[in-house]
Amino acid sequence: MTIDLKTVKHISKLSRISLDEEKAKKLETDLNSIFKWIEQLNELKTENIEPLNSIAETKLRLRKDEIKSKNIREEILKNSPDGNKDFFVVPKVVE
Amino acid sequence: MSNIIDLSLSELVSNIKKKKISSNEVTSAYVERSKKSKNLNSYNEEVFDSALKKAKEFDSKPDFNKKLSGVPIAVKDLFCTKNVKTTASSKILSNFIPSYESTVTQNLWNDGAILLGKLNCDEFAMGSSNETSYFGNVVSPIDKDLVPGGSSGGSASALAAKLTPATIGTDTGGSIRQPASFTGTVGLKPTYGSCSRYGIVAFASSLDQAGPMTRNVKDSALLLEVMSTFDNKDSTSVDFKRPIYSKDLSKDIKGKKIGVPKEYRVDGMSEEIDKLWEDGKNYLKDCGAKIIDVTLPHTKFALPTYYIVAPAEASSNLARYDGVKYGFRTKGDNLIDMYEKTRSEGFGDEVKRRIMIGTYVLSSGYYDAYYLKAQKVRRLIKNDFNNVFQKVDAILTPSTPSSAFKIGDKSNDPVSMYLNDIFTVPVNLAGLPGISIPAGLDKKGYPLGLQIIGKPFEEQNILNIAYSMEDKINFKFNIKDWWMNE
Repeated sequence: MTIDLKTVKHISKLSRISLDEEKAKKLETDLNSIFKWIEQLNELKTENIEPLNSIAETKLRLRKDEIKSKNIREEILKNSPDGNKDFFVVPKVVE
Repeated sequence: MSNIIDLSLSELVSNIKKKKISSNEVTSAYVERSKKSKNLNSYNEEVFDSALKKAKEFDSKPDFNKKLSGVPIAVKDLFCTKNVKTTASSKILSNFIPSYESTVTQNLWNDGAILLGKLNCDEFAMGSSNETSYFGNVVSPIDKDLVPGGSSGGSASALAAKLTPATIGTDTGGSIRQPASFTGTVGLKPTYGSCSRYGIVAFASSLDQAGPMTRNVKDSALLLEVMSTFDNKDSTSVDFKRPIYSKDLSKDIKGKKIGVPKEYRVDGMSEEIDKLWEDGKNYLKDCGAKIIDVTLPHTKFALPTYYIVAPAEASSNLARYDGVKYGFRTKGDNLIDMYEKTRSEGFGDEVKRRIMIGTYVLSSGYYDAYYLKAQKVRRLIKNDFNNVFQKVDAILTPSTPSSAFKIGDKSNDPVSMYLNDIFTVPVNLAGLPGISIPAGLDKKGYPLGLQIIGKPFEEQNILNIAYSMEDKINFKFNIKDWWMNE
């Protein structure tokens, strides 16, 4: 199976990564060579195999829903790109 | 006494405890040497002034009951360090200052260690040569044209160049063991669930593990013992009885059964690697172990499986970098445009490639064909190991299919770069512990490593095997200080 330029642009949209034409073409070549190599998995019959989601295969532990760190707003907002001290500000979403 | 920088981690600790040297003397020696070693590009962030201050504080009020009393350590820049910039070698995190500390680094400081700085790595730990870092490639102290391996390349370079007495890395598909093998050092990837993942910049959550990188096996045991704790903050942390690895270290491996998998003799593997492997078997026999031929039939499917599972998890983990919470943003016409431009500018090519692979294999219509298929094959690979471990106590393989390659040699061909990890990736897929130890040199005089793979949570066993082999191998490798600026 091959991945065409249209698919590359669709994946870039899903990934929220903008691509110019040149980068998209380069990725088309790269992805095709990678997936051609990945296709060898089709040599294996796996109908009756249970998928392995997690190597730990343990049940997740439950805990009380308690606040452990308090008053960390300032610390967290220090990494806000636009320097607002009260909120993470994003471009206008609703008109 | 020999030069401070020539002492191993264990020797440093013991000398500080005996008051033969001060923390300040040790820290000053490493700071001076690191300052003169900019040509290697192994540091992303230096905190030398704060390290020297902490060393003096330690000396004025020493606590000798800690395992790493007063010893300076530089760590991979993938571990979040409170109030110290943590970038994962990515532009998108180039301004990020965490307000929290990773559990593993906190364990080091709790046991008396002092942070020297943050070490370069491949961007988001995606790479095998440290060439994908936003801050430029790292140079191996072995030769100016040589990669140190990756993704913990800054760690391996700094360790081999003696800019830090020991270091810690992370290993998702070989990122501790491969650079250790390339630089003649010891690298251990613990069992999945042994070291907490809390506060480590996530790459592929079902594969990532932190581990020690050291000059010898004894140091590896000591550092693992400090790093590995049960942690409620990591939902996959496993609560098992952790041995005191350095105390229980033993060279008695008489009667141990060691498996040698025929599938690891891959096409085109050099005679040198073959010979190294043979030598390894003989060393083990000399130690009284028994060599048993075993089979891991799905080995060749491990890499293609990994290149579905790891990018899929990465695409999900890296979705959080959207220009809102982590310091870096590119302006856009609207919210979506801001996301797309931020991610396009903030991520490097290899990271974008992997996000795209991951997004594709998880996308509607392809999920079953790729992601689900890979999870099933992952089961087969794990079953292979389960079967073999019914018959043997550990497995011996080469660490890498070749010695270190030249900078730029493989950076244009992703698949040939991925093939580097052929012997290390299956261990991550199965969640097992593995250690790489230096075992010889190739024709060019570059180090080669052997890997010992163990059963889950049997780090003590592979450490003991490595410890006895280290003794027989007696690896001597002197690196000249060609890169130093006065």
